Amino acid sequence: MPNLDAAFSAMADPTRRAILARLALGEATVMELAEPFDMTQPAVSRHLKVLEGAGLILRRVEGAKRPCRLAPAAITEIDQWLDMLRVALARNYDRLDDVLAEVTLKRRKAKR
Amino acid sequence: MSKMTLTTEGDMHIVVTRRFAALPEAVYRAHTESKIIQKWLLGPDGWSMPVCIIDPRPGGTFRYEWVNGTGRGFHITGEFVELVPFSRIVHIERMHLPDPTPDNHVVTTFEKDGAGTLMTMRMTLPDAATVSAMLATGMAGGMEASYVRLETLI
Repeated sequence: MPNLDAAFSAMADPTRRAILARLALGEATVMELAEPFDMTQPAVSRHLKVLEGAGLILRRVEGAKRPCRLAPAAITEIDQWLDMLRVALARNYDRLDDVLAEVTLKRRKAKR
Repeated sequence: MSKMTLTTEGDMHIVVTRRFAALPEAVYRAHTESKIIQKWLLGPDGWSMPVCIIDPRPGGTFRYEWVNGTGRGFHITGEFVELVPFSRIVHIERMHLPDPTPDNHVVTTFEKDGAGTLMTMRMTLPDAATVSAMLATGMAGGMEASYVRLETLI
């Protein structure tokens, strides 16, 4: 379980937020993480250490690699954004249900 | 009631499905006629769409503008790529915050499902920078809600 202060301070850094966003989509190795961020592997490793210390990611050993994944309770920007999208779309489609019901009702009346 | 599903597909796409108790023709029209769109495509409560300009034909453009009661607003512009009445819409859109976000490619299909319609919408998953920009607008107080959620998990 992440420590709340450590988690927020770890997430205050844009690079670490971007790493979390990438991990929200699936496990990745240090090499895979370093590539899109245009950073050296030691620089990524330092960020991962902070995220791991904050309880936001977990790492396992696979030969010489130590792939990372999100800790179950970690919140990421992509999670927040998907939540926001889910809420907005659900609200839209509930409204559309009402609009469609009105249209159907009008058609039925017109047929009479 | 949970009629809607929203899932990510790899690191490239979001897929949304939703069933409606109306025929595909009605659901398709609700996505292409401005007077109907303005009644439902509003996002969180408190927002309205005073401008809805739409030219639903291949190569046609659209512009949706939203405002809320406190004077905040943003808009989306886009182009239609393909329209198959009443079963399929392919379009490209971007949000202006005010800088335009990368193009979102959206494919929406409407299939007859018993007496109703199954709608499936497949769109581009935004990159991390775009997600940050959209969250920074605080359009739905997402950050606050998620922090509350984080607290309940700990």
